Amino acid sequence: MAENNRAVVKLKEKFAASIVEVVEFRGEVTVTIKKEDLLAVLAFLKQSLQYNLLTDVTAIDYLGKKEERFMMVYLLCSIPNKDRLRIKAAVSEGECRIESASQVWATADWLEREVYDLFGITFDNHPDLRRILMAPDWEGHPLRKDYPLQGPDREPYKGRLS
Amino acid sequence: MATTEKMTLNMGPQHPSTHGVLRLVLELDGEIITKITPDIGYLHRGVEKLSEHRTYHQVLPLTDRLDYLAPMHNNLGYILAVEKLLDIQIPERAQTIRIIMAELTRLESHLVWIACHALDIGAMTVFIYAFREREAIMETYELISGARMTSNFFRAGGLSQDVPPEFEKKVRDFIASMPGYLDQYEGLLTTNPIWVKRTVGNGVISAEDAIDIGITGPALRGSGVDWDLRRDTPYAGYENYRFEVPVGKNCDTFDRYKVRLVEMREACKIINQALDRLKPGPVLADCPQICYPPKEKVYNSIEGLIHHFKIASEGYPVPEGEVYQGVENPKGELGFYIVSDGSSKPYRMRIRPPSFVNLQAIEKMAKGSMIADLVAVIGTLDIVLGEIDR
Repeated sequence: MAENNRAVVKLKEKFAASIVEVVEFRGEVTVTIKKEDLLAVLAFLKQSLQYNLLTDVTAIDYLGKKEERFMMVYLLCSIPNKDRLRIKAAVSEGECRIESASQVWATADWLEREVYDLFGITFDNHPDLRRILMAPDWEGHPLRKDYPLQGPDREPYKGRLS
Repeated sequence: MATTEKMTLNMGPQHPSTHGVLRLVLELDGEIITKITPDIGYLHRGVEKLSEHRTYHQVLPLTDRLDYLAPMHNNLGYILAVEKLLDIQIPERAQTIRIIMAELTRLESHLVWIACHALDIGAMTVFIYAFREREAIMETYELISGARMTSNFFRAGGLSQDVPPEFEKKVRDFIASMPGYLDQYEGLLTTNPIWVKRTVGNGVISAEDAIDIGITGPALRGSGVDWDLRRDTPYAGYENYRFEVPVGKNCDTFDRYKVRLVEMREACKIINQALDRLKPGPVLADCPQICYPPKEKVYNSIEGLIHHFKIASEGYPVPEGEVYQGVENPKGELGFYIVSDGSSKPYRMRIRPPSFVNLQAIEKMAKGSMIADLVAVIGTLDIVLGEIDR
Protein backbone atom coordinates (compact mmCIF):
# COMPACT_ATOMS: atom_id res chain seq x y z
CA MET A 1 0.00 0.00 0.00
CA ALA A 2 1.00 3.58 -0.52
CA GLU A 3 1.39 4.20 3.23
CA ASN A 4 4.10 1.54 3.42
CA ASN A 5 6.05 2.81 0.43
CA ARG A 6 9.59 3.58 1.60
CA ALA A 7 9.59 7.02 0.00
CA VAL A 8 6.17 7.96 1.36
CA VAL A 9 7.19 6.98 4.91
CA LYS A 10 10.34 9.12 4.73
CA LEU A 11 8.59 12.04 3.07
CA LYS A 12 5.90 12.01 5.76
CA GLU A 13 8.60 12.14 8.42
CA LYS A 14 10.55 14.96 6.85
CA PHE A 15 8.06 17.01 4.86
CA ALA A 16 4.78 16.35 6.71
CA ALA A 17 3.60 19.91 6.24
CA SER A 18 4.08 20.01 2.49
CA ILE A 19 2.35 16.76 1.51
CA VAL A 20 -1.09 17.42 0.08
CA GLU A 21 -2.13 13.95 -1.03
CA VAL A 22 -0.80 10.41 -1.43
CA VAL A 23 -2.54 8.18 -3.95
CA GLU A 24 -1.92 4.65 -5.16
CA PHE A 25 -3.47 3.47 -8.39
CA ARG A 26 -2.56 0.26 -10.23
CA GLY A 27 0.48 -0.10 -8.02
CA GLU A 28 1.87 3.35 -8.82
CA VAL A 29 2.41 5.81 -6.01
CA THR A 30 1.78 9.51 -6.55
CA VAL A 31 2.64 12.13 -3.96
CA THR A 32 1.26 15.62 -4.40
CA ILE A 33 3.23 18.32 -2.64
CA LYS A 34 3.14 22.09 -2.32
CA LYS A 35 5.14 23.73 -5.05
CA GLU A 36 7.21 25.84 -2.62
CA ASP A 37 8.92 22.70 -1.32
CA LEU A 38 9.45 21.08 -4.70
CA LEU A 39 13.21 21.49 -4.91
CA ALA A 40 13.80 20.38 -1.33
CA VAL A 41 11.68 17.25 -1.84
CA LEU A 42 13.30 16.36 -5.17
CA ALA A 43 16.82 16.89 -3.82
CA PHE A 44 15.99 14.79 -0.75
CA LEU A 45 14.61 11.97 -2.90
CA LYS A 46 17.67 12.03 -5.12
CA GLN A 47 20.29 12.21 -2.39
CA SER A 48 18.79 10.19 0.45
CA LEU A 49 16.46 7.73 -1.26
CA GLN A 50 18.47 6.97 -4.41
CA TYR A 51 15.90 8.19 -6.91
CA ASN A 52 18.76 8.96 -9.25
CA LEU A 53 16.98 9.06 -12.61
CA LEU A 54 14.44 11.72 -13.50
CA THR A 55 12.46 9.91 -16.16
CA ASP A 56 10.10 12.64 -17.20
CA VAL A 57 8.79 16.09 -16.45
CA THR A 58 5.41 17.09 -17.79
CA ALA A 59 2.27 19.01 -16.95
CA ILE A 60 -1.50 18.56 -17.06
CA ASP A 61 -3.99 21.33 -17.76
CA TYR A 62 -7.11 21.02 -15.57
CA LEU A 63 -8.90 24.01 -17.06
CA GLY A 64 -12.24 24.46 -15.31
CA LYS A 65 -11.84 21.20 -13.40
CA LYS A 66 -9.59 22.20 -10.53
CA GLU A 67 -9.01 25.37 -8.62
CA GLU A 68 -5.35 25.50 -9.56
CA ARG A 69 -5.20 25.06 -13.29
CA PHE A 70 -1.91 23.27 -13.91
CA MET A 71 -0.36 20.23 -12.34
CA MET A 72 3.36 19.64 -12.75
CA VAL A 73 4.33 15.96 -12.85
CA TYR A 74 7.78 14.55 -12.12
CA LEU A 75 8.41 10.87 -12.79
CA LEU A 76 11.27 9.57 -10.69
CA CYS A 77 13.02 6.26 -11.00
CA SER A 78 15.50 4.58 -8.70
CA ILE A 79 17.95 2.39 -10.58
CA PRO A 80 19.47 0.76 -7.44
CA ASN A 81 16.05 -0.01 -5.91
CA LYS A 82 14.15 -0.63 -9.15
CA ASP A 83 11.12 1.40 -8.20
CA ARG A 84 9.30 4.48 -9.38
CA LEU A 85 7.65 7.45 -7.72
CA ARG A 86 5.54 10.25 -9.10
CA ILE A 87 5.69 13.72 -7.58
CA LYS A 88 3.06 16.30 -8.45
CA ALA A 89 2.74 19.96 -7.61
CA ALA A 90 -0.13 22.28 -8.48
CA VAL A 91 0.60 25.57 -10.25
CA SER A 92 -2.08 28.24 -10.50
CA GLU A 93 -2.77 30.23 -13.63
CA GLY A 94 -2.28 33.53 -11.80
CA GLU A 95 1.20 32.63 -10.61
CA CYS A 96 2.24 30.40 -13.45
CA ARG A 97 5.78 29.63 -12.35
CA ILE A 98 7.72 27.00 -10.43
CA GLU A 99 11.35 26.36 -9.50
CA SER A 100 13.33 24.53 -12.15
CA ALA A 101 14.28 20.92 -11.40
CA SER A 102 17.31 21.35 -13.66
CA GLN A 103 19.10 22.45 -10.51
CA VAL A 104 18.83 18.84 -9.32
CA TRP A 105 18.93 16.89 -12.61
CA ALA A 106 20.37 18.01 -15.95
CA THR A 107 17.59 16.03 -17.67
CA ALA A 108 15.03 18.60 -16.64
CA ASP A 109 16.57 21.23 -18.96
CA TRP A 110 14.88 20.19 -22.22
CA LEU A 111 11.88 18.57 -20.56
CA GLU A 112 11.04 21.84 -18.83
CA ARG A 113 11.63 23.79 -22.01
CA GLU A 114 8.98 21.59 -23.59
CA VAL A 115 6.52 22.26 -20.76
CA TYR A 116 7.26 25.98 -21.07
CA ASP A 117 6.71 25.79 -24.81
CA LEU A 118 3.49 23.78 -24.82
CA PHE A 119 1.88 24.87 -21.51
CA GLY A 120 3.37 28.28 -20.82
CA ILE A 121 4.60 27.53 -17.33
CA THR A 122 7.72 29.51 -16.42
CA PHE A 123 10.61 27.84 -14.62
CA ASP A 124 12.64 29.94 -12.25
CA ASN A 125 16.43 29.55 -12.38
CA HIS A 126 16.31 27.55 -15.60
CA PRO A 127 19.57 27.82 -17.58
CA ASP A 128 18.05 28.40 -21.02
CA LEU A 129 14.27 28.83 -21.06
CA ARG A 130 13.28 29.04 -24.75
CA ARG A 131 10.69 27.36 -26.90
CA ILE A 132 11.87 23.97 -28.13
CA LEU A 133 9.32 22.31 -30.42
CA MET A 134 7.36 25.30 -31.71
CA ALA A 135 8.95 28.13 -33.68
CA PRO A 136 10.53 30.91 -31.57
CA ASP A 137 7.90 33.47 -32.66
CA TRP A 138 4.91 31.19 -32.06
CA GLU A 139 2.03 32.65 -30.10
CA GLY A 140 0.12 30.61 -27.55
CA HIS A 141 0.78 27.28 -25.90
CA PRO A 142 -0.70 24.37 -27.87
CA LEU A 143 -1.23 21.82 -25.12
CA ARG A 144 -3.44 24.15 -23.09
CA LYS A 145 -7.02 22.95 -23.12
CA ASP A 146 -8.30 26.30 -24.44
CA TYR A 147 -5.98 26.18 -27.46
CA PRO A 148 -7.93 24.96 -30.49
CA LEU A 149 -6.83 21.68 -32.04
CA GLN A 150 -6.66 23.07 -35.57
CA GLY A 151 -4.61 26.09 -34.52
CA PRO A 152 -5.74 29.62 -33.76
CA ASP A 153 -6.75 30.85 -37.23
CA ARG A 154 -8.88 27.98 -38.48
CA GLU A 155 -12.39 26.68 -38.21
CA PRO A 156 -12.77 24.77 -34.94
CA TYR A 157 -12.56 21.01 -35.07
CA LYS A 158 -16.02 19.48 -34.90
CA GLY A 159 -15.08 15.83 -34.61
CA ARG A 160 -14.98 13.10 -37.17
CA LEU A 161 -18.58 11.97 -36.86
CA SER A 162 -20.48 15.23 -36.64
CA MET B 1 49.26 39.96 -37.65
CA ALA B 2 46.95 37.09 -38.46
CA THR B 3 43.90 36.75 -36.28
CA THR B 4 41.47 33.89 -35.90
CA GLU B 5 37.82 34.06 -35.09
CA LYS B 6 35.18 31.50 -34.30
CA MET B 7 32.95 30.33 -37.10
CA THR B 8 29.29 29.40 -36.85
CA LEU B 9 28.25 26.50 -39.04
CA ASN B 10 24.76 25.34 -39.70
CA MET B 11 24.47 21.54 -39.88
CA GLY B 12 21.07 20.38 -41.06
CA PRO B 13 18.07 20.29 -41.08
CA GLN B 14 18.73 18.81 -44.52
CA HIS B 15 21.89 16.86 -43.93
CA PRO B 16 22.39 13.17 -44.67
CA SER B 17 24.03 12.33 -41.37
CA THR B 18 21.53 14.04 -39.07
CA HIS B 19 19.06 11.15 -39.49
CA GLY B 20 16.07 13.29 -40.31
CA VAL B 21 15.41 16.95 -39.79
CA LEU B 22 17.80 17.72 -36.97
CA ARG B 23 19.52 21.08 -37.11
CA LEU B 24 22.69 21.68 -35.16
CA VAL B 25 24.20 25.14 -34.90
CA LEU B 26 27.90 24.60 -34.37
CA GLU B 27 30.42 27.07 -33.12
CA LEU B 28 33.82 26.12 -34.47
CA ASP B 29 37.37 26.97 -33.64
CA GLY B 30 39.06 25.68 -36.77
CA GLU B 31 37.64 22.18 -36.99
CA ILE B 32 37.15 21.82 -33.25
CA ILE B 33 33.59 22.16 -31.97
CA THR B 34 33.28 24.61 -29.10
CA LYS B 35 29.51 24.78 -28.81
CA ILE B 36 26.53 22.81 -30.12
CA THR B 37 23.00 24.19 -30.11
CA PRO B 38 20.49 21.62 -31.33
CA ASP B 39 17.36 23.02 -32.95
CA ILE B 40 14.47 20.58 -33.10
CA GLY B 41 10.74 20.67 -33.79
CA TYR B 42 10.72 20.55 -37.59
CA LEU B 43 8.64 17.39 -37.51
CA HIS B 44 6.28 18.41 -34.70
CA ARG B 45 2.81 17.05 -35.48
CA GLY B 46 1.21 17.56 -32.09
CA VAL B 47 0.62 13.89 -31.35
CA GLU B 48 -0.05 14.57 -27.67
CA LYS B 49 -2.64 17.23 -28.51
CA LEU B 50 -4.24 15.07 -31.20
CA SER B 51 -4.58 12.14 -28.85
CA GLU B 52 -6.74 14.20 -26.48
CA HIS B 53 -9.32 14.41 -29.25
CA ARG B 54 -9.45 10.75 -30.25
CA THR B 55 -10.74 7.60 -28.63
CA TYR B 56 -8.21 5.21 -27.14
CA HIS B 57 -8.53 3.04 -30.20
CA GLN B 58 -7.95 5.93 -32.61
CA VAL B 59 -4.77 6.98 -30.80
CA LEU B 60 -3.04 3.70 -31.63
CA PRO B 61 -2.13 4.56 -35.27
CA LEU B 62 -0.55 7.81 -34.07
CA THR B 63 1.89 5.90 -31.90
CA ASP B 64 3.58 3.89 -34.64
CA ARG B 65 4.43 7.15 -36.38
CA LEU B 66 6.63 8.25 -33.49
CA ASP B 67 9.67 6.06 -33.77
CA TYR B 68 8.94 4.82 -37.26
CA LEU B 69 11.93 2.49 -37.16
CA ALA B 70 10.39 0.55 -34.27
CA PRO B 71 6.63 0.88 -34.81
CA MET B 72 5.50 -2.26 -32.99
CA HIS B 73 7.38 -1.25 -29.87
CA ASN B 74 5.56 2.06 -29.73
CA ASN B 75 2.25 0.27 -30.17
CA LEU B 76 3.24 -2.07 -27.36
CA GLY B 77 4.07 0.72 -24.92
CA TYR B 78 0.80 2.51 -25.59
CA ILE B 79 -1.33 -0.61 -25.48
CA LEU B 80 0.26 -1.74 -22.20
CA ALA B 81 -0.54 1.63 -20.65
CA VAL B 82 -4.17 1.41 -21.78
CA GLU B 83 -4.43 -2.17 -20.54
CA LYS B 84 -3.01 -1.09 -17.20
CA LEU B 85 -5.73 1.55 -16.95
CA LEU B 86 -8.40 -0.95 -17.95
CA ASP B 87 -6.86 -3.62 -15.71
CA ILE B 88 -7.36 -6.50 -18.14
CA GLN B 89 -5.36 -9.65 -18.77
CA ILE B 90 -4.54 -10.82 -22.26
CA PRO B 91 -4.33 -14.39 -23.60
CA GLU B 92 -1.05 -16.30 -23.54
CA ARG B 93 -0.76 -16.55 -27.32
CA ALA B 94 -1.23 -12.83 -27.84
CA GLN B 95 1.43 -12.10 -25.26
CA THR B 96 3.91 -14.45 -26.91
CA ILE B 97 3.33 -12.98 -30.37
CA ARG B 98 3.79 -9.51 -28.90
CA ILE B 99 7.18 -10.53 -27.52
CA ILE B 100 8.22 -12.01 -30.88
CA MET B 101 7.21 -8.84 -32.71
CA ALA B 102 8.78 -6.55 -30.12
CA GLU B 103 12.10 -8.32 -30.40
CA LEU B 104 11.94 -8.46 -34.20
CA THR B 105 11.35 -4.73 -34.02
CA ARG B 106 14.42 -4.35 -31.85
CA LEU B 107 16.42 -6.22 -34.48
CA GLU B 108 14.96 -4.02 -37.19
CA SER B 109 15.74 -0.80 -35.37
CA HIS B 110 19.27 -1.91 -34.55
CA LEU B 111 19.79 -2.96 -38.17
CA VAL B 112 18.93 0.53 -39.35
CA TRP B 113 21.19 1.90 -36.66
CA ILE B 114 24.21 -0.21 -37.69
CA ALA B 115 23.52 0.51 -41.36
CA CYS B 116 23.36 4.28 -40.99
CA HIS B 117 25.99 4.54 -38.29
CA ALA B 118 28.47 2.63 -40.44
CA LEU B 119 27.52 4.56 -43.55
CA ASP B 120 28.04 7.87 -41.74
CA ILE B 121 31.54 6.79 -40.79
CA GLY B 122 32.27 5.59 -44.31
CA ALA B 123 31.62 1.83 -44.28
CA MET B 124 29.05 1.44 -47.00
CA THR B 125 28.99 -2.35 -47.31
CA VAL B 126 27.32 -2.86 -43.94
CA PHE B 127 24.50 -0.57 -45.01
CA ILE B 128 23.62 -2.79 -47.95
CA TYR B 129 23.81 -5.99 -45.89
CA ALA B 130 21.78 -4.67 -42.96
CA PHE B 131 19.01 -3.44 -45.22
CA ARG B 132 18.84 -6.89 -46.80
CA GLU B 133 18.07 -8.41 -43.37
CA ARG B 134 15.71 -5.59 -42.50
CA GLU B 135 13.73 -6.44 -45.59
CA ALA B 136 12.97 -9.89 -44.17
CA ILE B 137 11.55 -8.28 -41.02
CA MET B 138 9.51 -5.85 -43.10
CA GLU B 139 8.07 -8.83 -44.96
CA THR B 140 7.07 -10.41 -41.66
CA TYR B 141 5.37 -7.14 -40.72
CA GLU B 142 3.55 -7.17 -44.01
CA LEU B 143 2.57 -10.80 -43.59
CA ILE B 144 0.83 -10.25 -40.27
CA SER B 145 -0.44 -6.69 -40.45
CA GLY B 146 -0.52 -5.81 -44.15
CA ALA B 147 1.77 -2.82 -43.64
CA ARG B 148 5.53 -2.61 -43.74
CA MET B 149 5.98 0.15 -41.22
CA THR B 150 2.75 1.50 -39.76
CA SER B 151 1.78 -1.86 -38.37
CA ASN B 152 -1.06 -0.89 -36.02
CA PHE B 153 -1.29 -4.56 -35.10
CA PHE B 154 -1.75 -4.72 -31.32
CA ARG B 155 -5.08 -4.05 -29.67
CA ALA B 156 -6.12 -3.35 -26.12
CA GLY B 157 -6.84 -6.93 -25.06
CA GLY B 158 -4.54 -8.71 -27.50
CA LEU B 159 -3.95 -8.56 -31.24
CA SER B 160 -6.03 -7.35 -34.17
CA GLN B 161 -5.98 -10.87 -35.67
CA ASP B 162 -4.11 -14.13 -35.41
CA VAL B 163 -0.90 -14.58 -37.38
CA PRO B 164 -1.05 -16.70 -40.57
CA PRO B 165 0.27 -20.31 -40.40
CA GLU B 166 3.46 -19.54 -42.33
CA PHE B 167 4.49 -16.90 -39.77
CA GLU B 168 6.22 -19.33 -37.42
CA LYS B 169 8.41 -20.90 -40.09
CA LYS B 170 9.32 -17.53 -41.58
CA VAL B 171 10.48 -16.15 -38.25
CA ARG B 172 12.30 -19.38 -37.35
CA ASP B 173 14.21 -19.37 -40.65
CA PHE B 174 15.13 -15.74 -40.28
CA ILE B 175 16.29 -16.12 -36.68
CA ALA B 176 18.35 -19.18 -37.64
CA SER B 177 20.28 -17.14 -40.20
CA MET B 178 20.58 -13.94 -38.17
CA PRO B 179 23.63 -14.88 -36.01
CA GLY B 180 25.55 -15.59 -39.23
CA TYR B 181 24.67 -12.16 -40.54
CA LEU B 182 25.75 -10.59 -37.26
CA ASP B 183 29.11 -12.37 -37.59
CA GLN B 184 29.33 -10.84 -41.04
CA TYR B 185 28.84 -7.29 -39.69
CA GLU B 186 31.32 -7.93 -36.92
CA GLY B 187 33.80 -9.25 -39.45
CA LEU B 188 33.44 -6.05 -41.40
CA LEU B 189 33.64 -3.68 -38.44
CA THR B 190 34.88 -4.92 -35.06
CA THR B 191 38.53 -5.34 -35.99
CA ASN B 192 38.48 -2.93 -38.91
CA PRO B 193 41.26 -0.41 -38.10
CA ILE B 194 39.30 2.54 -39.53
CA TRP B 195 36.19 1.63 -37.56
CA VAL B 196 38.20 1.20 -34.37
CA LYS B 197 40.00 4.51 -34.84
CA ARG B 198 36.76 6.32 -35.45
CA THR B 199 34.81 4.84 -32.54
CA VAL B 200 37.19 4.05 -29.66
CA GLY B 201 37.35 7.05 -27.35
CA ASN B 202 34.67 8.90 -29.30
CA GLY B 203 31.66 10.43 -27.53
CA VAL B 204 32.68 9.43 -24.03
CA ILE B 205 30.10 10.02 -21.31
CA SER B 206 30.51 8.74 -17.76
CA ALA B 207 27.82 6.71 -16.00
CA GLU B 208 27.06 9.56 -13.56
CA ASP B 209 26.66 12.11 -16.34
CA ALA B 210 24.57 9.70 -18.38
CA ILE B 211 22.11 9.18 -15.51
CA ASP B 212 22.09 12.90 -14.72
CA ILE B 213 21.16 13.73 -18.31
CA GLY B 214 18.62 10.92 -18.31
CA ILE B 215 20.08 8.73 -21.04
CA THR B 216 18.42 5.32 -21.21
CA GLY B 217 18.69 2.21 -23.33
CA PRO B 218 21.84 0.91 -25.05
CA ALA B 219 23.52 4.31 -24.70
CA LEU B 220 23.21 4.06 -20.91
CA ARG B 221 24.36 0.45 -20.84
CA GLY B 222 27.35 1.41 -23.00
CA SER B 223 28.39 3.64 -20.10
CA GLY B 224 28.38 0.68 -17.75
CA VAL B 225 24.98 1.05 -16.06
CA ASP B 226 23.27 -2.32 -15.79
CA TRP B 227 19.67 -1.22 -16.32
CA ASP B 228 17.17 -2.83 -18.65
CA LEU B 229 13.44 -2.40 -18.11
CA ARG B 230 12.70 -5.80 -19.64
CA ARG B 231 14.59 -7.44 -16.79
CA ASP B 232 14.33 -4.89 -13.98
CA THR B 233 10.67 -3.85 -14.18
CA PRO B 234 9.25 -6.62 -16.40
CA TYR B 235 6.25 -5.95 -18.61
CA ALA B 236 4.33 -7.89 -21.26
CA GLY B 237 5.58 -11.21 -19.86
CA TYR B 238 9.33 -10.58 -20.21
CA GLU B 239 9.84 -12.13 -16.76
CA ASN B 240 9.37 -15.57 -18.39
CA TYR B 241 12.34 -15.21 -20.71
CA ARG B 242 16.02 -15.70 -20.06
CA PHE B 243 18.45 -13.28 -21.64
CA GLU B 244 21.64 -11.41 -20.87
CA VAL B 245 21.90 -7.66 -20.57
CA PRO B 246 25.18 -6.50 -22.13
CA VAL B 247 27.03 -3.68 -20.40
CA GLY B 248 29.92 -1.58 -21.71
CA LYS B 249 32.99 -0.40 -19.85
CA ASN B 250 34.70 2.46 -21.64
CA CYS B 251 31.58 4.63 -22.18
CA ASP B 252 32.54 5.32 -25.80
CA THR B 253 31.01 4.78 -29.22
CA PHE B 254 32.78 1.44 -29.66
CA ASP B 255 31.27 0.06 -26.45
CA ARG B 256 27.81 1.21 -27.42
CA TYR B 257 28.34 -0.56 -30.74
CA LYS B 258 29.29 -3.77 -28.93
CA VAL B 259 26.32 -3.47 -26.56
CA ARG B 260 23.87 -3.15 -29.43
CA LEU B 261 25.37 -6.09 -31.31
CA VAL B 262 25.05 -8.32 -28.24
CA GLU B 263 21.50 -7.05 -27.79
CA MET B 264 20.69 -8.25 -31.30
CA ARG B 265 22.00 -11.71 -30.49
CA GLU B 266 19.98 -11.74 -27.25
CA ALA B 267 16.88 -10.65 -29.17
CA CYS B 268 17.32 -13.75 -31.36
CA LYS B 269 17.46 -15.91 -28.22
CA ILE B 270 14.28 -14.33 -26.85
CA ILE B 271 12.47 -14.89 -30.15
CA ASN B 272 13.53 -18.54 -30.16
CA GLN B 273 12.22 -19.02 -26.62
CA ALA B 274 8.97 -17.30 -27.57
CA LEU B 275 8.53 -19.46 -30.66
CA ASP B 276 8.92 -22.54 -28.47
CA ARG B 277 6.18 -21.25 -26.19
CA LEU B 278 3.79 -20.42 -29.00
CA LYS B 279 0.65 -22.54 -28.57
CA PRO B 280 -2.65 -22.29 -30.39
CA GLY B 281 -5.34 -20.31 -28.61
CA PRO B 282 -7.28 -17.06 -28.65
CA VAL B 283 -5.44 -13.82 -29.40
CA LEU B 284 -7.99 -11.41 -27.95
CA ALA B 285 -9.24 -11.17 -24.38
CA ASP B 286 -12.86 -12.03 -23.64
CA CYS B 287 -13.87 -8.40 -23.00
CA PRO B 288 -16.72 -7.46 -25.35
CA GLN B 289 -16.84 -3.88 -24.01
CA ILE B 290 -13.29 -3.24 -25.20
CA CYS B 291 -12.42 -5.71 -27.94
CA TYR B 292 -13.79 -5.69 -31.46
CA PRO B 293 -15.78 -8.80 -32.44
CA PRO B 294 -14.21 -11.19 -34.98
CA LYS B 295 -14.72 -10.12 -38.59
CA GLU B 296 -16.92 -13.15 -39.46
CA LYS B 297 -19.43 -11.98 -36.88
CA VAL B 298 -19.33 -8.39 -38.15
CA TYR B 299 -20.01 -9.48 -41.72
CA ASN B 300 -22.59 -12.17 -40.96
CA SER B 301 -24.69 -11.04 -38.00
CA ILE B 302 -26.50 -7.86 -37.05
CA GLU B 303 -25.36 -8.16 -33.41
CA GLY B 304 -21.75 -8.36 -34.53
CA LEU B 305 -22.17 -5.34 -36.77
CA ILE B 306 -23.78 -3.26 -34.02
CA HIS B 307 -21.06 -4.34 -31.60
CA HIS B 308 -18.36 -3.28 -34.06
CA PHE B 309 -20.08 0.00 -34.85
CA LYS B 310 -20.55 0.88 -31.18
CA ILE B 311 -16.86 0.47 -30.34
CA ALA B 312 -15.74 2.22 -33.54
CA SER B 313 -18.03 5.23 -33.08
CA GLU B 314 -18.05 5.70 -29.32
CA GLY B 315 -14.94 3.94 -28.12
CA TYR B 316 -14.95 2.45 -24.65
CA PRO B 317 -14.90 4.24 -21.30
CA VAL B 318 -11.68 3.85 -19.36
CA PRO B 319 -11.61 4.04 -15.53
CA GLU B 320 -10.56 7.34 -14.04
CA GLY B 321 -6.94 7.44 -12.95
CA GLU B 322 -3.44 7.84 -14.25
CA VAL B 323 -0.76 5.35 -15.16
CA TYR B 324 2.76 5.37 -16.51
CA GLN B 325 4.11 2.52 -18.56
CA GLY B 326 7.75 2.48 -19.55
CA VAL B 327 9.04 0.00 -22.11
CA GLU B 328 12.57 -0.75 -23.23
CA ASN B 329 12.40 0.60 -26.75
CA PRO B 330 15.43 -0.14 -28.96
CA LYS B 331 16.48 3.49 -28.36
CA GLY B 332 15.82 3.73 -24.65
CA GLU B 333 12.95 4.05 -22.23
CA LEU B 334 9.77 4.92 -24.06
CA GLY B 335 7.04 5.91 -21.64
CA PHE B 336 3.35 6.54 -21.95
CA TYR B 337 1.78 8.54 -19.15
CA ILE B 338 -1.99 8.59 -19.59
CA VAL B 339 -4.42 10.56 -17.45
CA SER B 340 -7.98 9.34 -17.81
CA ASP B 341 -11.06 11.24 -16.65
CA GLY B 342 -13.32 8.23 -17.11
CA SER B 343 -14.36 9.06 -20.68
CA SER B 344 -13.44 7.27 -23.90
CA LYS B 345 -10.67 9.72 -24.80
CA PRO B 346 -7.41 10.32 -22.91
CA TYR B 347 -7.60 13.52 -20.87
CA ARG B 348 -3.86 13.89 -21.28
CA MET B 349 -1.35 11.60 -22.90
CA ARG B 350 2.31 12.27 -22.42
CA ILE B 351 4.89 10.41 -24.45
CA ARG B 352 8.31 10.15 -22.86
CA PRO B 353 10.54 9.96 -25.92
CA PRO B 354 13.91 8.27 -25.40
CA SER B 355 15.61 10.00 -28.34
CA PHE B 356 14.57 13.46 -27.12
CA VAL B 357 16.22 12.97 -23.76
CA ASN B 358 19.25 11.15 -25.21
CA LEU B 359 19.86 13.96 -27.70
CA GLN B 360 20.40 16.34 -24.80
CA ALA B 361 23.74 14.66 -24.21
CA ILE B 362 25.09 15.58 -27.62
CA GLU B 363 26.92 18.68 -26.46
CA LYS B 364 28.55 16.86 -23.58
CA MET B 365 29.61 14.00 -25.87
CA ALA B 366 30.90 15.95 -28.85
CA LYS B 367 32.23 19.22 -27.47
CA GLY B 368 35.94 19.58 -28.13
CA SER B 369 35.99 17.00 -30.89
CA MET B 370 36.03 17.44 -34.66
CA ILE B 371 33.02 17.74 -36.93
CA ALA B 372 33.54 14.25 -38.33
CA ASP B 373 33.40 12.87 -34.78
CA LEU B 374 30.11 14.65 -34.21
CA VAL B 375 28.68 12.60 -37.06
CA ALA B 376 29.77 9.45 -35.22
CA VAL B 377 28.12 10.74 -32.03
CA ILE B 378 24.81 11.35 -33.81
CA GLY B 379 25.00 7.80 -35.12
CA THR B 380 25.79 6.25 -31.78
CA LEU B 381 22.97 8.10 -30.00
CA ASP B 382 20.61 6.40 -32.47
CA ILE B 383 18.03 9.15 -32.60
CA VAL B 384 14.89 9.29 -34.69
CA LEU B 385 13.30 12.66 -35.27
CA GLY B 386 9.74 11.39 -35.57
CA GLU B 387 9.92 10.63 -31.89
CA ILE B 388 11.90 13.68 -30.79
CA ASP B 389 9.47 16.13 -32.36
CA ARG B 390 6.27 14.07 -31.99
